[in-house]
Amino acid sequence: MDVLGSLLDGFGNALTPANLLFAALGVLLGTAIGVLPGIGPAMAVALLLPVTYAFDPTGAFILFAGIYFGAMFGGSTTSILLNTPGESASVVAAIEGNPMARSGRGAQALAAAAIGHFVGGLIGVIGLVVLAPLIATVAVDIGAPDYLAVMVLAFVAVTSVLGSSRVRGFAALAIGLTIGLVGLDPLTGQARLTFGVPQLADGIDVVIVAVGLFAIGEALWVAAHLRRTAAAPIPVGRPWLSRDDLRRTWRPWLRGPFIGFPFGAIPAGGAEVPTFLSYVTERRLSEHPEEFGSGAIEGVAGPESAASASSAGTLATMLTLGLPTTAIAAVMLAAFQQYGIQPGPLLFTNEPELVWTLIASMFIGLVLLLALNLPLAPLWARLLRIPRPYLYAGILFFACIGAYAVSGQPIDLVVLLVIGGIGFLMRRYGLPVLPAIIGVILGPDAELQLRRALQIADGDWATLVSTPLSIAVYLLIVALLVVPFVRRRIIRGRDEEKKDLVGS
Amino acid sequence: MTATERDPAPERARRLDRDWWREHSELGVCALLGAAGVLVLVDSLLGTNAGSDSDPLGPHAVPTVLGIGLLLLAVLLAVDVLRGGHGEAEAGEDVELGTPPDLRAVGMLAGLVVATALLIPVLGWPLAGTGLFWGAASVLGARSFPRDLLVAAGISLLAWVVFDALLGVDLPGGPLMGVF
Repeated sequence: MDVLGSLLDGFGNALTPANLLFAALGVLLGTAIGVLPGIGPAMAVALLLPVTYAFDPTGAFILFAGIYFGAMFGGSTTSILLNTPGESASVVAAIEGNPMARSGRGAQALAAAAIGHFVGGLIGVIGLVVLAPLIATVAVDIGAPDYLAVMVLAFVAVTSVLGSSRVRGFAALAIGLTIGLVGLDPLTGQARLTFGVPQLADGIDVVIVAVGLFAIGEALWVAAHLRRTAAAPIPVGRPWLSRDDLRRTWRPWLRGPFIGFPFGAIPAGGAEVPTFLSYVTERRLSEHPEEFGSGAIEGVAGPESAASASSAGTLATMLTLGLPTTAIAAVMLAAFQQYGIQPGPLLFTNEPELVWTLIASMFIGLVLLLALNLPLAPLWARLLRIPRPYLYAGILFFACIGAYAVSGQPIDLVVLLVIGGIGFLMRRYGLPVLPAIIGVILGPDAELQLRRALQIADGDWATLVSTPLSIAVYLLIVALLVVPFVRRRIIRGRDEEKKDLVGS
Repeated sequence: MTATERDPAPERARRLDRDWWREHSELGVCALLGAAGVLVLVDSLLGTNAGSDSDPLGPHAVPTVLGIGLLLLAVLLAVDVLRGGHGEAEAGEDVELGTPPDLRAVGMLAGLVVATALLIPVLGWPLAGTGLFWGAASVLGARSFPRDLLVAAGISLLAWVVFDALLGVDLPGGPLMGVF
């Protein structure tokens, strides 16, 4: 009842003209960003960080949440009509959605995706409303050792669950941690990695790191391999579903969030894993498994619903524990820090108005998104005709203006370029960007928690494993690190056994 | 008789050598990681501030561990590369892998960013931004003369007005703005 009251208050605040405008602007920008190749939601929020300093924090986060959900909606449009997904969340949408579009059922694929995002987002945000205050109450008395353990879990999980190569994941994390180290040590004032350059004493602004890694890195990478003839999207009509389509899609829509939300909430890389799991589930449960691979509507409906629900799960973890599980959540966490607000268990008691207004505006944003995307998807697809030179010149331009706006120093553009160069090399050599950005944003905080914990315990290292939560988290980390090794050993052993049997 | 035919073995060896390095260019990443590790270690060893009773760990413990970690990762990555592992280049809607990278375009874009940094104090954002957008679009293959320049000037001016006037972010207008 308390929750419902707070939520109603939130709706009261979210329905003010200014906040409605932010929500509308967010979903519009988000959809455009989702449709456009080359720009992801994390890059968009990073580019907007300097702009939003002029806003109040509530408005800024309503804008960011709108972009997050909007990019999910828009991303599936591109996946379905172009078959080259830009965001990792919409890879699965292309598997079934694009064959549907090619066989003339593009309208149905777009509708299944848009309604799937709406349903998934709705159930996901309801999950956030129910679970977030609970997690916040449970987590309210966790201390420095627990925070440190959870952050180490985030580091290990984003590097070893995702991607094909763990050494590359950890290398990316180490790069991020190194960038995060630059500046004066907050506890002692010792200069670290500043090389006597006064501009580096305050550290490298997180806006410059995020914009450099995402925007400049991407623009340079695309420039090196620009596709000279851009693929043309398949033309479609207005999205709609027949009665038969509805019969096949309502169950996947409802199942998706139960896979999406929990995976979004844990540090396992956001929407990539749950969309794939939902796809596999729907293929197994479908009455038409033979259609899978050549355009099964269940294979669009379920994963897309899971994708939007995973965004809500990501936001739940970010708001209640201050722990980012995706790149965009990491950038949003940086935005919170810039406003001097610390997401975590205390956020719900310290900033109830902000949190509940934000949550209420997510409901409003989802309704706006459905209204924007269901009838207008073909219109959005026309964004794909934008000349690529203008698109990437624009990304470069706004990256520079954003970095310059941080402190008005031209030298920041050079720092931006260096970080962009690192982003380029990471894309070239398959180092994932997510661990790097998480390292930059969480690294300094993790060090602070470690030193604070040891400070409180007079240098006794046992304090790090002195609580049940920290022990459980460290056991989980060990499991994450060891399981792949053991599994590989078992598989190899089994192969050898087979070989022996064949040989004998 | 050409030089290659006269002395084929060293030439072929040199070419093989070059191919080998091109194929294993990822070792450059290992070198960078190693260099970063050395840098972090040296920086933390040169620091004077040690731990104290109120801060038992001090400001150098974490950088030292990180520096060692960077060196270790450099070695592990090198081992992986020499064993035939390679990082997968990132795909994307507008990315065509399998073509040789257009490093000239990358270098020119980087040069444009540096030039912009130098020109902002002199020319102000509207002009420097126009140059940046126009130059970048040209490097990326835009070839319609008056339109490209007009788009660049329009976007640059609009962005300057929005940032400077509406959002209160201070961007230098440059000499051009003194005229109006």
